[in-house]
Amino acid sequence: MNKGARGSLLDIEHLEAPEILKILRSARRMNPQRPRPLLRGKRVILLFYEPSTRTRSSFEVAAKSMGAMTVLVQSSGSSIEKGESLLDTGYTLRSVGADIIVIRHPLAGAPRLMAEHLDIPIVNAGDGMHEHPSQGLLDAYTILKHKKAFKGLHISIIGDIFHSRVARSSCHLLTKLGAKITLCGPPEFVPEVAATLATGLQVTRHIEEAARGADVLMLLRVQKERLAGMKLRLEDYIARYQMTMHRLKMAKRDAIVMHPGPIIRGLELTGEVADSPQSAIVEEVRNGVPTRMAILARAVGRA
Amino acid sequence: MACRRAWRFWRARWEERKNRRRKCRDGTRSMARKMRALIRIVPERETRSYSSLRKVARAPKPRAESPKSKMPNNKSKPASLLIKGGHVIDPASKIDAPMDVLLRDGHVVEVTPPNKIRGSAEEKFDARGLIVAPGFIDLHVHLREPGQSYKETIASGTAAAAAGGFTSVCCMPNTSPVLDSQEWVNWVRQPERGAVVNVFPVAAATNGSKGAVLTDFRGLQRAGAVAVTDDGKPILDNDTMRECLRLSGELSFPVVQHAEDTRQTEGCPMNDGPTSFRLGLHGWKTSAESSIVDRDVQLAQRIPNSRLHVAHLSAADSLKAVRRGKRSRAHVTCEVTPHHFTLTDEAVGDYNTNCKMNPPLRSAADIESLIVALGDGTVDAIATDHAPHASHEKQVEFERAAFGITGLETALGLAITKLHRDHRLPLARIVELLTSGPARVFDLRGRGSLARGSFADVTIFDPKKRWTFDVSKSRSLSRNSPFDGWQLTGKAVATIVTGRIVHRDG
Repeated sequence: MNKGARGSLLDIEHLEAPEILKILRSARRMNPQRPRPLLRGKRVILLFYEPSTRTRSSFEVAAKSMGAMTVLVQSSGSSIEKGESLLDTGYTLRSVGADIIVIRHPLAGAPRLMAEHLDIPIVNAGDGMHEHPSQGLLDAYTILKHKKAFKGLHISIIGDIFHSRVARSSCHLLTKLGAKITLCGPPEFVPEVAATLATGLQVTRHIEEAARGADVLMLLRVQKERLAGMKLRLEDYIARYQMTMHRLKMAKRDAIVMHPGPIIRGLELTGEVADSPQSAIVEEVRNGVPTRMAILARAVGRA
Repeated sequence: MACRRAWRFWRARWEERKNRRRKCRDGTRSMARKMRALIRIVPERETRSYSSLRKVARAPKPRAESPKSKMPNNKSKPASLLIKGGHVIDPASKIDAPMDVLLRDGHVVEVTPPNKIRGSAEEKFDARGLIVAPGFIDLHVHLREPGQSYKETIASGTAAAAAGGFTSVCCMPNTSPVLDSQEWVNWVRQPERGAVVNVFPVAAATNGSKGAVLTDFRGLQRAGAVAVTDDGKPILDNDTMRECLRLSGELSFPVVQHAEDTRQTEGCPMNDGPTSFRLGLHGWKTSAESSIVDRDVQLAQRIPNSRLHVAHLSAADSLKAVRRGKRSRAHVTCEVTPHHFTLTDEAVGDYNTNCKMNPPLRSAADIESLIVALGDGTVDAIATDHAPHASHEKQVEFERAAFGITGLETALGLAITKLHRDHRLPLARIVELLTSGPARVFDLRGRGSLARGSFADVTIFDPKKRWTFDVSKSRSLSRNSPFDGWQLTGKAVATIVTGRIVHRDG
C-alpha cells in the first residue's frame, strides 16, 4: 500500500516509536524565538475544509517563521464550493507549486487519499474522527517537558473518546512509547470496542478510578448536541465525569491536566481546574508551534 | 384455477419435504460432521438417479422440439454440441459422475455415462478433467442500464458474467430511470441490448423505488420480470411490505428485500467493530439488517403462499430469522455474496474504498456462521451483487465513495477457494448454490439443471485451476474489485448459453 511521499504525516498508528521520538527530539531543538530558516523558498499550502484556530495559526506561524511562504485555501470561497473533488484540488495545488500540503478535513481518511495520489508530503491536521497526529505529538511533547520518560506513566483520557481524533492519536502514540492508558467515559463515548485500539488499553466508567494515581489527566471536549442525541442528561454527565479539584487531588501530586481545547468551563472541567497550577492547557497551545515546526522540517527532510 | 392451486400446493409440499430432509436439525453438530453427512448423501442418490438416467438415454425418440428452438439459428450456433469426457455435477438431477452431455437446438438432449451417447453431434467439446455443470445463475447483479452506461452496460456486464461462468443473470431495477414499468422491463430484454447471457429483469416493487406506491406486479410479471425489489433501498414501511407479500402470494412472485434499516445506518460507511472505531467511522450494526429480516419473516409466516427472498444476507443474526422462517414452512429464501463469506471488515485496512459495500463486510464470527449456513442449506444461493462503479466514484473520501464491488468474474474462484478448499464444502453443494438453488428461488423453469429438455445452459469449469485475477483485464467497464491480484483456485473454462459457446477460456 502506498504510504505517501517521504515526510508525510498521515497518522500516528503507522508511525514507529523511534520515528516519534525523533520528531519529539527535533521539536525540542526548535526555538520559535530564533528559528532556523529550514523552509526557505518552500511553499506550504494550508488546505482547510474545517474551521480551526489553534492548528491553523500554529502551522502558519511555524511555516512562516522557518522562511516558507504559506497559502491558505479554505472550502468556502474556492473551487471546492463548486464541487471540485479532493483529488482534483490536490492536483491543482501541486501544479501551483506546493511543496507541502497541510490538510484539515471533516472526513476520515482524506489526507491518506491525497498522499496516495500526490508525490509531495501531506501533513494531516485532523481528519474527521480519525486522527490528529500533530496534536498527539504536541501533547507528548508537553508531557515530556513535565515528566522524565513515558515508560510506566499512568495516563487517563476522560471524555468523548468516540468522536475524538485527538484521543485516537494519543492512544496510539502513548502506548507506543510505553505509557499505561485508561479511557474513561459513559458507554456512548467510550464503547467497549475502544479497548481494541491499542494494546493494554483499559476502559472504566468511574472517573475516580481513572484519576486515582494518574500522572497525566487528558480531558476532551464534550459537545452538548452529542449528549442530547444520546439521551444523556447534561447534569448527569457533569456529576459523573467533570474534572473537579476534589477529583484532581486523587491523582499524583505532580499530575498535570491537559486539554486539546477549546475548553468549556463548567462542563468537562471546572474553572478552578483549568486555572490551577497543575493545568498545562495554555502551555499545550504554546508547544504547538515547535512541534509543528519539527513536523514541517521533517516533511522537507531537514529535521 | 383450482388445478393450478392444487399443483402449487403439492409442489410446495414436495419442496418443503426435500428441504426438511436436507436440513440439519441438530444445531450443535460440528461443521465437519455436517459436511461429512452431506458428502455421504450424494453417492447414495447418485446411484439411484443413474439407472433412471439410463432409461432416459434409451428412450427411442428425442423430445419433441419446443417452439423456441425453431427460431432461425444464429450462424455461429451449432445445432448440436457434444460435451465429452467431463464429470457432470447436476444437483437438480442428483448426478455427480462422469457423463457425456449432448445439446441440440438449444436444449439438453442426452446425459449418459461416457461413450454411451446415441445421437451424433456437429461439434464436440473435450471436457476431460473438467466439471460439467448446469449454467450458473446469478440472482443479483447491477447491469446499470438504462441510465448509467458509464459504469456498465448490459453487453459488458453479461460479457463479464459469461467470463465468470454465469449463463443467466437477474438484473436489479435501481437504474435511472428505475425499472418500475413494463416498458422498461421490455427494454432490458430486447436483443438490441447485446446481452451475451440470459438476462432476467427484477422489477421495482414501488414506483421509483420510493417505498410508497406499489408497482403493477401482475403487469411486470407478464412483461417478464422474475421478481420485485427496491434493491439499494429497503421496503421499510410495514404496510407496504405486507401488501407486497400478499400480492407475491397471489401471483407466486418473489419479493426481494434489501434488508437495511436506513434509520439506523445513516452516515455509516462500514461495519461496526474495532476497524470502524480505529478509522473513526460510524459503525453499521448488524441489527440494522437482522431487525428487517426478522420483521419480514414474521410477515411471511402470516401471509399464505407469500414468497420472501432476502438479498445479500451478511449477518449471523439474520440467519436465525431465516432458519425460523424455513422451519415454519414459510417460503423464505436468501442469498449470500462471495465477498461476504471471504472478507472481514478488517480488509478495509486504511480506507480501501473497494471494500466499501452495502451491506458492509462483517466480522469473522459472521463469516463463520455464513459458511455453516451455506453448507447446511439455510442459504439457497450464492449471488454476486455485482455493482460496478466508475473510478471517480471510488477514488474519493471513504465516506463519500459509492457502495459496491464487481463480482461476476471472481465468484466461482472465491467459492471454490474459500468454501471448497478451505472449508471442505463439497463441490456438489457449491454447484447447487450456483444453479438449482437460485433457479428455485426465482422459479426459472428449465434453468439450473441438465435434465433432459431443459435449456442448453452449461458451465464447464476446472475446479483445480490456479489463476490470478487481474482487474485490468476484466470484461466489466468498471474496475472496483478488492480481489485484484488474488490467487484463486477454480475457473470457468467454457460458458454455453442455449447451446452456443459464449465464452472460452484461454
